[in-house]
Formats: sequence, C-alpha cells, structure tokens
Amino acid sequence: MKTDKAPSKNKTLVTKLLFAVVGMFAFGFALVPLYDVICDITGLNGNTNNLAAQAEAGEIIDETREVTVQFIARENGGMAWGFSPSATQVRVKPGEVNMISYKVTNNTDQVMVGQAIPSVAPNAAAGHLNKVECFCFEEQVLQPGESADMPLRFFVDPALPADISKLTLSYTLYDITEKSSKLKAVAAR
Amino acid sequence: MLSKAKLWLGLALSTLMFWSAGLHAAWELNMPRGVTQMSRDTYDLHMTIFWWVVAIGVVVFSVMLWSIIHHRKSKGAKPASFHESTKVEIVWTLIPFAILIMMAIPATRVLTDAYDTTGSELDIQITGYQWRWEYTYMREDMDEEEVSFFSILSTSREEIDNDIEKSENYLLDVDRPLVIPTDTRIRFLMTSADVLHAWWVPDFAIKKDTIPGFINETWVVVEEPGIYRGQCAELCGMDHGFMPIVVHALPPEEYQAWYADQQQAAADIRELANAELSMDDAMAQGEQIYNQNCVACHQAGGVGMPPVFPALAGSDKATGDRLITMDTIVNGVDGTAMAAYGRQLNPIQLAAVITFVRNAFGNDTGDLVQPTEVNEFIVGGQ
Amino acid sequence: MSTSAALDHSHDHHHGPAKGITRWLFTTNHKDIGSMYLWFSFAMFLLGGTFALVIRAELFQPGLQFVDPSFFNQMTTMHGLVMVFGAVMPAFVGLANWMIPLMIGAPDMALPRMNNWSFWILPFAFAMMVSTLFMEGGGPNFGWTFYAPLSTTYGPPSTTFFIFAVHILGASSIMGAINVIATILNMRAPGMTLMKMPLFVWTWLITAYLLIAVMPVLAGVVTMMLFDIHFGTAFFDAAGGGDPVLFQHLFWFFGHPEVYIMILPAFGIVSAIIPTFARKRLFGYDSMVYATASIAFLSFIVWAHHMFTVGMPLAGQLFFMYATMLIAVPTGVKVFNWVATMFRGSMTFETPMLFAIAFVVLFTIGGFTGVMLAITPVDFQYHDTYFVVAHFHYVLVPGAVFSLMAAVYYWLPKWTGYMYDETLGKLHFWLSFIGVNLLFFPQHFLGLAGMPRRIPDYALQFADFNWISSVGGFLFGFSQLILLFVVIKCVRGGKKATAQVWEGAQGLEWTVPSPAPYHTFETPPDASLIKAQ
Repeated sequence: MKTDKAPSKNKTLVTKLLFAVVGMFAFGFALVPLYDVICDITGLNGNTNNLAAQAEAGEIIDETREVTVQFIARENGGMAWGFSPSATQVRVKPGEVNMISYKVTNNTDQVMVGQAIPSVAPNAAAGHLNKVECFCFEEQVLQPGESADMPLRFFVDPALPADISKLTLSYTLYDITEKSSKLKAVAAR
Repeated sequence: MLSKAKLWLGLALSTLMFWSAGLHAAWELNMPRGVTQMSRDTYDLHMTIFWWVVAIGVVVFSVMLWSIIHHRKSKGAKPASFHESTKVEIVWTLIPFAILIMMAIPATRVLTDAYDTTGSELDIQITGYQWRWEYTYMREDMDEEEVSFFSILSTSREEIDNDIEKSENYLLDVDRPLVIPTDTRIRFLMTSADVLHAWWVPDFAIKKDTIPGFINETWVVVEEPGIYRGQCAELCGMDHGFMPIVVHALPPEEYQAWYADQQQAAADIRELANAELSMDDAMAQGEQIYNQNCVACHQAGGVGMPPVFPALAGSDKATGDRLITMDTIVNGVDGTAMAAYGRQLNPIQLAAVITFVRNAFGNDTGDLVQPTEVNEFIVGGQ
Repeated sequence: MSTSAALDHSHDHHHGPAKGITRWLFTTNHKDIGSMYLWFSFAMFLLGGTFALVIRAELFQPGLQFVDPSFFNQMTTMHGLVMVFGAVMPAFVGLANWMIPLMIGAPDMALPRMNNWSFWILPFAFAMMVSTLFMEGGGPNFGWTFYAPLSTTYGPPSTTFFIFAVHILGASSIMGAINVIATILNMRAPGMTLMKMPLFVWTWLITAYLLIAVMPVLAGVVTMMLFDIHFGTAFFDAAGGGDPVLFQHLFWFFGHPEVYIMILPAFGIVSAIIPTFARKRLFGYDSMVYATASIAFLSFIVWAHHMFTVGMPLAGQLFFMYATMLIAVPTGVKVFNWVATMFRGSMTFETPMLFAIAFVVLFTIGGFTGVMLAITPVDFQYHDTYFVVAHFHYVLVPGAVFSLMAAVYYWLPKWTGYMYDETLGKLHFWLSFIGVNLLFFPQHFLGLAGMPRRIPDYALQFADFNWISSVGGFLFGFSQLILLFVVIKCVRGGKKATAQVWEGAQGLEWTVPSPAPYHTFETPPDASLIKAQ
C-alpha cells in the first residue's frame, strides 16, 4: 500500500459493500411481505386471503354451472378440540352466497384459544373463494367443555377458471392459548 | 497407467457384483416404469434425457480421451498455439441450447398433465404425522360412516435391531395399507399435522410434500391391481426412515366391498366401545399397541431416552392421577414429539394402552381403564 | 538467530514473521492467514469426513447397528454443515488469501486486520456448533437445510447455539468477501487490467459478490428462526399466519448461489492448472469470464428447483425448470473450453493435472445429473432420494474438493519451497478417484430404485449398493491421510523447487522465489511480466 490513494479508495469501496450487506439483510426480511403479496396474486400454496370480502349487492350469479365445494376440518397435532363441519360438501353456483357452520368443542378442563387457518386446493382457485363471514378471521376462546357453532358465509367468484369444478377448503385448527395469553398480558400492562 | 487402472477397477467391480448378486437378487439400476400413465410418461422422459446426456458425454469425453492419449508430451506432442475462436464458441453455445429446447418440450407436456387434478371420482385426504400416515376417504355427506385410519410401520423392533431375520418387505410394511380402486381417477389432498413430510410412491410417480396448515393436491389413475410401496421423502425427525407407505390397488368391485366393510367396522367399533375389557385382554392388546406406537421413543421396558423421550417406568404421568395419563395419551404434549393419540387409536385401543402403561414396567397401579371412560373423556370434555 | 541479526531485524521496516503463537494470533500477513485457513479447513474436512464415515458405517448393512436414528440425523446435519461452511468455503478463502495478492502483484490483502478477524472467529463458531452435539437433546438434527418447522417448533434446545454459529460464519464469509473485492479492485499492479487477471481471480471476484448478496439473506433467515423460537413471531408457523414454505424460498434464495460459491473458484483453479500441464494457453479466456458471470446471474433465479414438490403453481414450476436448464449452457461452454485447451496440447500428468482432469470428467457427470434433475416432472421421482445425494456429491467432492486438492499439489512447492512426493501424490489421487466413484456412483442406482435420503436404515433391496458405497467411503476417507502425510513431508523438506516450479506455468505467482518470501510485491512487478491469459 505505497500509494496514498489506496486507503481512501478502500474506505469508499468497503462502505459501499457494507451498504450492500445491510441492504441484502433487509431484503431478506422484505421478501416476507413480498411473498405474501405474490401468494395473494397467484394463490401460491392455496393461501387464501384472510380478510372479509364484500358481498357486493347484485353480485352476478353464474346460473350456467355448479361447482362442488368440499370442507375439511382438522386439528393440528396436540390440539385437543373437537372440530367438524356441518356438511362435507355443497354444490354452489358461482356468485351465490352460501353458508355452512363448523362445530367446535373444547374437550379439556382449561380455557383455550384456537385459531383456524384456511387453505384451498387447487391453489389456482384460492383467490376465487371469497369469505364474507368467517370464524377464521379471529381467535376463538372456549371455556372448558364449551361447544360453539361457528358460521362461514362464502361465495365462489364467477371468474373461477372454467376447468375447475371442485374445490376444497381446509381448515386446520391450532392451539394458540399460550401465544394468545402472552399477547393479552402485554396488552394489560 | 490410466487404462490399466480402469481395467482393474472394472474387474474388481464385476467380481463384487457377481459375488453379491448371489446374496440378493435385486440389483435395481433404474427407475420403475410404474403402473400409471403418469409414471410411464415420467420414465420415458427420464430415459430421453438420460440418452441425451449420455450422447453428449460420449462426444465430450471421447475428444478428451483422444487428446489425453495422443497429445501427451511423452509422445513428443508439440503444443498448438490456438486459444480462441468466436465461431466455435457460438457453435457450442447454440447446440446445447437447441438440445435443451428439445428436452423442454416433452417436459412441459408431462408437467402440465401432472397438474391437471380435475375430474376426480374419489378424493382421499392424506395427513402426515410424526411418524405415520393418516388416510381419510372423503364422504358425500355427513351421515355416511367415515372411513379414516392410521397406517403405521409393522416391521418389528427385533428385525430393526438385528435380533431376528429380516422379512421380505423389511421397513416397507404397514399395519393398514391405503386401499384404492384401479382405473379410477383419484385425487389426493395432502397435509400434515406437525412437520413437513412427503408422500412418495415410485410406481405412481407421485411425490408431494405435506405441509402443516396447507393442502396440496395430486392425482392418480392406477391401471393394475397390486401392492405398491413407498416411503416418506422429506426429513421429518427421528423416525423419518420408519414411516413407509403401502397402497393396495383393488379392482373397483373389490374396492367397493372393502369400503363397505370398513364402514361396517367403524360402526362396530363405536358399538364395541361400550363393552367391558378384562385386565388380561387390556394388557395383551396394550402391549401390542405400545410396541407399535410407543416403543421407538419410550423404548422397551419404558426406560425412554431422557431428556428428550422421558421414561415411563415410575413416571408421575403414568403412576399418578389416571386422568393425567389419559390426557397425555389422548391429547399429546404440545411442542414435543408426544403425539395426540385420541384420533389415531379407537377407544378400545386407548383404554388398553393406558391400562398397559399404568401397570407395566413396575408401575403396578392395578388400574383398569375402560373404553367407555376414555370415550367420556374424549367426548365429555373432562 | 544471532543477536546482530535480531538487531538488524528490528531496524528493518519490513519484518519477517513474529515468533511463537503470537505470529498466528495477531498476524495480518496474507500468507499466514491463508495457511491458517487451509489447515483449519483440512481439520474440518477430516471432522466432517468422520461424521460421514459414521453415516456410511451405519448404512453398511440394513438394520440399526451403531447409532440410533436421532444421532444419525445429527450426523447427516453436522456432516453437511461442517463440510460446506467449515471445509469447502474456508479452503477457497485460504487459497484466495494466499494466491490473489501473488497473482495480481499486490503486497497483501487490502484489509489485513479484518482478514485476521475473519479467520479467527471461525474456530469459535465451529467450537460452538460442534459443542451442541454434547448438549441436552443433542445437536441440530434437521438436516443442513434446517427446514422449518422441524428446526423451529420441533427443534432441539441447542438450535439457538446453531443459529449463533451460523451468524458468526456468515460474518466471517462477508468480511472475507469484502476483503477479496477490495483487494482485486484496488490493489492490482499497474498493467494488470481486469481482462488480464487469471481466471482464479475472476471467479473469486464473482464469488465474493455472490457471498455479499446471499450471506445476509441467510443471516436474515436464521434471525427469523430465532424470533420464531424465542419471541413468539410466526414467520414460518402456519398457526400465526406464517408459512413453512416461505422458509424454503428464503433458504434456497441463499442456498443456490451458495452452491456456486463452492464451485466457481474451483473453475478458476482448473482453468489455471489445465493450461499449465497442457503447455498451451487457456482456450476462450473471454468466454470463460462471461460464462462465470452468467452462471452467477442465473444462480439467483433458479432457487425453487430445490422445492419442486412443495406444490408451486404450474407457471412457477415451468419458469424455474427453464431457468435451471439454461445453466447448462454456460457450464457447457466451460467444459468445452477445458477440453479444447487440452486438445493438441503437450500434456504431462503430474498430480495436480490428474486431479484437474478427474474434476472435468466427474464434475461433468454431476452436471449431467443436474440437467436430469432440472426436468421438473422427472424430478418428482428424483427429489430427496439418493439420486440427489449422488448428484451434489459428484459436483462437490470430485468437483470442489478435487479442485482444492489439485490446487494444493499445484501451489505446494510455491508455499513450501520443496517439491512434494510425486509417487505418494499419484497414489493419493488414484485411491481417491477409485474411492469416490465407488462411494457415489452406486448412489445413483439407489436413488432411482427408490431409496430416500437421510434415512438410517433401509429396505433389503438397497443392501448391495449400500455396502459398495460404504466400502468406497472408507477407502476415500482413509486415503485423505496420505494427503496429510504428503503435505507434512513437503513442509519438512525434499527436492528444492524452482521459482517457475512447473514447466508450463504462467503468471505472476511464478515470478517470485519458492518458497514465496514473507513479503512479496512490495514494489509492483514489472508490467512486462503481465501477459494476457
């Protein structure tokens, strides 16, 4: 390093590279919301939009075809609630709002909090299954031994690709008692 | 030197092969062609690509070998001075590109086929657990009796530990195989209750990850009746190597008969769960269930593998309040490998295994738990 | 050393190495640090190899013989982590330290103090990582890819230590990469234009940029894991609205460029050795540089080919399939160029050349299986089987590792001043060559016949190829002790090496005496010495 220029040249370069490093670290985190956006657009992994859709008044109902909507209800490993839909499948016309309900029972002797996570197959249909009202939008708190009927109102978007005649909506019920009470404790403080 | 070494290597290899071919018949070199249109398409595609790369390999390696033999200093070769040629570079960029396009065309066709899950006649839900599979046949309505069961490795611990001779289908046998009809378009809906797994049957050319909280789908039309075996293909923890898949493909009529039987059996079990279990029956059945479900972690003699897999012999959970034992087995322990068996075993089996762990390994509590009690616990919400 | 010499020494502005342990602890000399990296990586190679032999011993026969499944999983995980982060990557960094300043006529690395740091945090990271094996609940048992939720919700308590170890490794790699870039961009001797740089320097420059782009993403992924485990976030947990598949996308966004981080410098080494022993200029230097850059670019848009079975939409599958297939084009150009360099040369076959030729052949076989794996529908059959294991071991062992061995034999006389024992070197090569093929070739058959990877026990039809593979594994493993012996023997003495060492060697590193003095190119080399490659 005989030249005087070298150290300052190094300094500028290293600063730039460190910016790149920090930038890429941030990019890694930015990929998380980015992934969600891509999932919403493409229905990647059957991740459905977990927000209430507006049932537009006078939504056009496609009278020309019927599609089958199947319902699956599962408890995640270690979740001690009973969980089942009122029907295994329904035939619906795209655009018409339907309703079914899920029955949950807390079989334990403790107050528990559950959260249902939806998933749709085929994933190309995920964006076309709109939920007007869904228990999956919020956490469910059940007292020991308590049962509840939880409603789901939904419609299938008439823009559903023509080759899809059957779609499956699956709910996995998770025990989030611990995480949820943590949140409450923090909120109470 | 090179050719001599190759000769010796070849000789050594072929001797080895002949010698041990006598020991085991199977020297499977290639992918199975399988029994579905998809698996045959996959196999053909695999062979097409394989012959392409072999052809490229022959050309490249021949030129190289030729140079190694003829252009060596010991043979008086003088180095040429060429070191670039744009023309040549362009040629050997474009030729591989063209070959790749020829590979991509059939690949795209087969892949598009694999993704077409429409028009299914039967839907089966497959759920991965640590370390077993659950199969649930989708029903048309709620009044129909549901057929749903777990499929668990049936190879005995003694075979795995080399205490007795290994059976023909070592590690590829389960207690209850998945049964499907042939010539029927079946859609599989896959998910998991804990970690990632992957459901793989080579003869169907199906491999799909099961992901907790999400469902994946794939389809199959099996053309030949038979027994097809596969394994979990995604690392899922300790017993990843011990959760095989067995599928019985039956002609549609036989399948219908089987399915009706299963519905009847499910109804019968509800009936039977009201009956009394004797201590001897409970212990005998309990031991069998323990050896199938529990022994991998809690070990023979209930000694466990602390600290991850606790001992059962003398443990508080096994000798204290029976409701605690019941809760642990029925609901599992969250965040550990202890699964919830409430759905995996029927009330009779649960009662038996609860009785077993409370009386075996010197836990002599003398308790006999009845199926009705377990049923109340599950349904009644105690 | 006499007192007067010592006195002289203290007056000398350019001192030689300090004495004792402090020489190694505080050194900022690129040659010392390079040597430490190389010795460290060799130690890790033997450690990771020991783990591999535990795996191969267990798989020698069906049934459980030596280890329980839980420890087996820790072995596969640790083997992968130690080999990738402890053996291959630091070895290339060691070579970069030793050779880049010598090749571009620089007196040292641009940032010598940081250089010292980036090495010395490595042993601590590995001490932490390996110590998890002795912790309650055992070490990482979720594979080197540590997919969530197996590594988060279901991971052993020691996972936190694993995460910190990865953070430190990442920091070390990033510092190393910054140093390499600064050295190459700022420290080249007058006349050493970018397009006159040896390909090893070029490939390392591109590798360093890859490192800077992806190591922070890895750091981000493990940080998210840390948060999921300890702070109740749900990046990868479906229960809280996360997605386990997101983990795989993030991991492989790092992971695929990582694969090229481990192979690009190998391309550089082979591009130095083949022309030397063919006594003929490298064919298509320019296209080699462009091919390397294209491979690096493509490495960012192919990551999801590691996860074809997660159930991506069809369009995604097609995109990643086509992009992956494209990699074959620049990689092919490289192989063709090497063959064209050999064609009509005047070849001799010393140990470095043997390893380099074996590299070209066996790496190409790994490339062929790579093309097969790129074909998505067929990948459904190959995915997570021994076919994949065979594929990536072919590109990493007779690929990256053979190139490292070639490099060691090639530059050893320059480092030590003595010629190594050629007979032992050739013995090492042939045993390694036979061993590696016995070890990995049968694994192709195993995978095609249906054996999944990462299993401690297998069905009977896989027994025969598994025992051949295990025999090959032990042969290959123990052959590496010959390398250790050859290197020690060469350090201690032997036939004196000339500055040129190899008849056909070209480049600035061959203009300094052998062994290379502690300080070189304190005045830049004469521009007339710098020739086009």
